[in-house]
Amino acid sequence: MSWKNYFSTSIGKKILVGATGLFLVLFLVVHCYVNAMVFWPDAEPGKHFTEAAAFMGGNVAVRIMEIGLFLGLAVHIIQGLSLWSQNMKRRSVRYTVSAGNATSKWYSRSMGLLGTLILMFLILHLYHFWAPNRYGQAFDPAWKEEDLYHKMIAVFTPLWVVIIYVLGCVSLAWHLMHGFFSGFQTFGLATHKYKGVIRSIGVAFAIIIPLIFASMPIYLHCVGNCGH
Amino acid sequence: MQHYNMNLTLKVWRQKNNKAKGGFETFQVKNVSSEMSFLEMFDVLNEQLVAEGKEPVAFDHDCREGICGMCSMHINGRAHGPWEQTTTCQLHMREYKDGDTIVVEPWRANSFPVIKDLVVDRTAFDRIIAAGGYVSVNTGNAQDANALPIEKQKADESFAAASCIGCGACVAACPNASAMLFVSAKVSHLALLPQGDPERKVRAVNMVQQMDTEGFGSCTNIGACEAECPKGISIENIARLNREYLGAVFSGSAQG
Repeated sequence: MSWKNYFSTSIGKKILVGATGLFLVLFLVVHCYVNAMVFWPDAEPGKHFTEAAAFMGGNVAVRIMEIGLFLGLAVHIIQGLSLWSQNMKRRSVRYTVSAGNATSKWYSRSMGLLGTLILMFLILHLYHFWAPNRYGQAFDPAWKEEDLYHKMIAVFTPLWVVIIYVLGCVSLAWHLMHGFFSGFQTFGLATHKYKGVIRSIGVAFAIIIPLIFASMPIYLHCVGNCGH
Repeated sequence: MQHYNMNLTLKVWRQKNNKAKGGFETFQVKNVSSEMSFLEMFDVLNEQLVAEGKEPVAFDHDCREGICGMCSMHINGRAHGPWEQTTTCQLHMREYKDGDTIVVEPWRANSFPVIKDLVVDRTAFDRIIAAGGYVSVNTGNAQDANALPIEKQKADESFAAASCIGCGACVAACPNASAMLFVSAKVSHLALLPQGDPERKVRAVNMVQQMDTEGFGSCTNIGACEAECPKGISIENIARLNREYLGAVFSGSAQG
């Protein structure tokens, strides 16, 4: 059996989704750590965050890792959606009465939907922050790293943007509520001894990380509108 | 518990054959005893239908003691009905009360085509077993129990996995119609024992390939299978199958 065949079986595809998913979990930790610096009580507001963002933006190693991140994201989305659409076709005649939440959690059954919502949010998010900066870096000779702190304040001034970002974080939370454990289960690590602790860490992760992310647009909306 | 009789409304899936379009038919069943099993209630219905000159409802059953895995009924949205770790034949009518309506459907999965009414074709499971769910080396006569030492924990886990009766409730309950719990139970019960160990990698790859060929969905770790399994097979076995598969892939020793 060739490598290609190994990863095109149902388990093989899932390994790709799981591996990229856990990689994205690691990315979330780094992203959250750097962005949480907006809360740093600097004398000059956002100084710590701006310096960290400039380091990430100007660092060649980070830019190379970013390619890996986008590739991982692409594999996660394509394989995830492909599994979802294939699985939808496995039961042509649906049950008239379904078990609903009696045998499984709604978010576990809705990973395709939650992932799609996150993707929609992600497009807006990249459009707001990543694309203008990286476009300038690549094509504008006079490019200078943007002041992301003040850009964030400007972006989050309208309430509707804050609402969309918070909803994006809520989708992420439910996606992680299933995805964190599921990634470990896919690699066979959720054994009798470890599955309890993996589930607990997964729930904590799924609450804490999106909560920190969601608090950023809310906080900066207040900064932009109330000045504190 | 006090014995009582009840009148029920049954909505049962009727389908002439694999090609025909099915639909629900409603029946009134009177004086059903709370002591009856669910299948005995169906016997009463069928006797009633025969007496009326109508065609009885086809349903699968064999041992009627919870070990053969034949009684594949999806009852009010639940595989084998609402009781935990129970087959349909062991579900008893004391679960229901007078005037209840019960909807009974066959297992629904493209890999389990309906043969007639509530009877589905589960031979896909047989083909998965034939792809590797056995020990092909000659293990000889039964040896003295102490000749092959087996860790107690492994023996227990293997035995728990071997309690799978191949009923298909995991497939019926899974939103993806995945057969991973079944395949993982079969792979686990052999991989944990010395007799099954030499072929564990080839077995995992071949059985997974056959599972895919049969058109079962892929597992997304939802866990409905574990909740509905009449034998309480744990999804820890799915974790083990994933490990077995990964081991086969990265050791490169599985021919597939």
